[in-house]
Amino acid sequence: MKNLYEKLTEDIRFTEGLSACINCGTCTAICPAAQFYDYDPRNIVNIVQSRNNNEIEALLKSDMIWMCGECLSCKTRCPRNNVPGYVIQALRALSIETGLFIESEKGRQQLALKRTIGEHILKYGYCVYFDEINTDMYPEQGPVWEWMRENATDILERLGANYKGDGAGTLRKICQESLNDLQKIFDVTGATERFEKIEKYSEQKAQELGVSYGKGTSDDYFKMVYNGEHTSK
Amino acid sequence: MKTEKVSETWLSYQKEIADDNYYFARSCIRQNVLPAAEELFLKILKTELGKNVFDDPRQTTCTGIAYHSGIIPMETTMTVVARQFALMNEAGYENFVCSCVTSFGIYSEVMETWKHFPETLTKTKELLKKATGKDFIPPKNLVHTSDVIYKFRKEISEKAKFKLHNKTTGEPLKVIEHIGCHYAKIFPDKGIGGAEYPYVLAGLIDEWGGIRVDYPERRHCCGFGFRQYLIKANRGYSVANTKKKFDSMKPYNPDLIITNCPGCNFFMDRWQYVISEMTGTSYDDKGYGIPVLTYEELAGLMLGYNPWDIGLQVHQVDVVPLLNKMKYPFDIKKKYQGLNEKDLGKPKNTRLLSCC
Repeated sequence: MKNLYEKLTEDIRFTEGLSACINCGTCTAICPAAQFYDYDPRNIVNIVQSRNNNEIEALLKSDMIWMCGECLSCKTRCPRNNVPGYVIQALRALSIETGLFIESEKGRQQLALKRTIGEHILKYGYCVYFDEINTDMYPEQGPVWEWMRENATDILERLGANYKGDGAGTLRKICQESLNDLQKIFDVTGATERFEKIEKYSEQKAQELGVSYGKGTSDDYFKMVYNGEHTSK
Repeated sequence: MKTEKVSETWLSYQKEIADDNYYFARSCIRQNVLPAAEELFLKILKTELGKNVFDDPRQTTCTGIAYHSGIIPMETTMTVVARQFALMNEAGYENFVCSCVTSFGIYSEVMETWKHFPETLTKTKELLKKATGKDFIPPKNLVHTSDVIYKFRKEISEKAKFKLHNKTTGEPLKVIEHIGCHYAKIFPDKGIGGAEYPYVLAGLIDEWGGIRVDYPERRHCCGFGFRQYLIKANRGYSVANTKKKFDSMKPYNPDLIITNCPGCNFFMDRWQYVISEMTGTSYDDKGYGIPVLTYEELAGLMLGYNPWDIGLQVHQVDVVPLLNKMKYPFDIKKKYQGLNEKDLGKPKNTRLLSCC
């Protein structure tokens, strides 16, 4: 296996995001994640530019690289035009590529993202879709949303949407030809392969932890990573 | 001469916004949580401003939320974006207007990457051809939907039946504007006013008679954080960031918040409900919360549209206190009705007060 730093340099976001960090800490000062997590983008960039393979591997196994919220405030403010948020994107991609994402609690959450946002794209053509947003998984949606869901057909018609309809409009059904295009794009650009890796490594981890593993959003491993329930291991 | 120099200085904060003939790219979040907003945008452009907009049924998500959640490669997003542009080409358009700030950031990032790393453009063309048989040319003009409302703010003002005034006190309404991180923090030159002086929403407030509220955390993130909200276990990040903003704005007693980004609108609305349920805190002095509208919802109110036809009843924070301040006419009985006055019941009560 290649040196991890060399692998990172193959990601255009890494080469664009890291030229020469002077460790001033402006990124950490502006970072919303650093205000609520024990998180320090300055330190992540410092570790990466040390090119120390063991330390980069430790990063890929850690919760740290999953704490960024991708607001990219750091891009605006870095005095040397580095982008810690882009460096994080490259680290996350490499963590999945190497299977190391399953070694951290926050890394393991990638399975839940794949099974919700990822699968919604291929099923509906939307990242999120009305039918999938319930108040068990998203309780903050609140009673107005519950009322909308209970009266979906009526209220969406009243508001001029084309819910599940053919043709153009809000919440229309995306035609099969377009969904096929998305699937083919996912196949040729590596998204399908990444989805398969997320599933494969997650299943390995589930077996290691003795947690049942299935499909969709109701198996124990999904619930564990989505809800943040801790295991003894 | 001095004037010319000043103009030159500020030129980098300006932005070209096409005058007509737009290819419209929809937002995943807006279609779901604010299902009337995009139809309202199209109505204002077509019927009030007489513009030509093409709403293509073949378009899909831009994949931005998946990209920023780290579950798909950059090449995937670039190729999906390329397909959207190919559809625009096939429809005969050159001006691309997208309805989501995350998408706007994605389209901007992809086009900048193609510009600075031409080999990525070649590769994207190969991948799109292989997957779909399509080719594409990037748009001549890429803008966000709020840019278009901003461009025509004076025309909307000329047709307006209302202003941002509290008719009881006679004072202008105090309005918070939140532009969203990906509008101008990633590529400041792509946003009106850049990252330092963002004016896309502030310009609407100025034109339509309100007062802009400056507060310490004005430019802080709404707290979406992609995977930080999308995973229930991480959601504390999201509500904590939103709370930071609300705690900061509360002393200024704002009447209204307007947002640029679909996600920001959702979080600033829903987290007020959650904070109220958890702590009993309301960020207004009457216990209703602060209404959170989009730029076209605000335009719709200025133009005198029926608030229940443009979907204002689907915000969790009730808009009725705002309508009352404006002495805006509405029929409360129709708030939760379907078509033909069909009775649809009403949402359950919350700790955050509702007017009906």
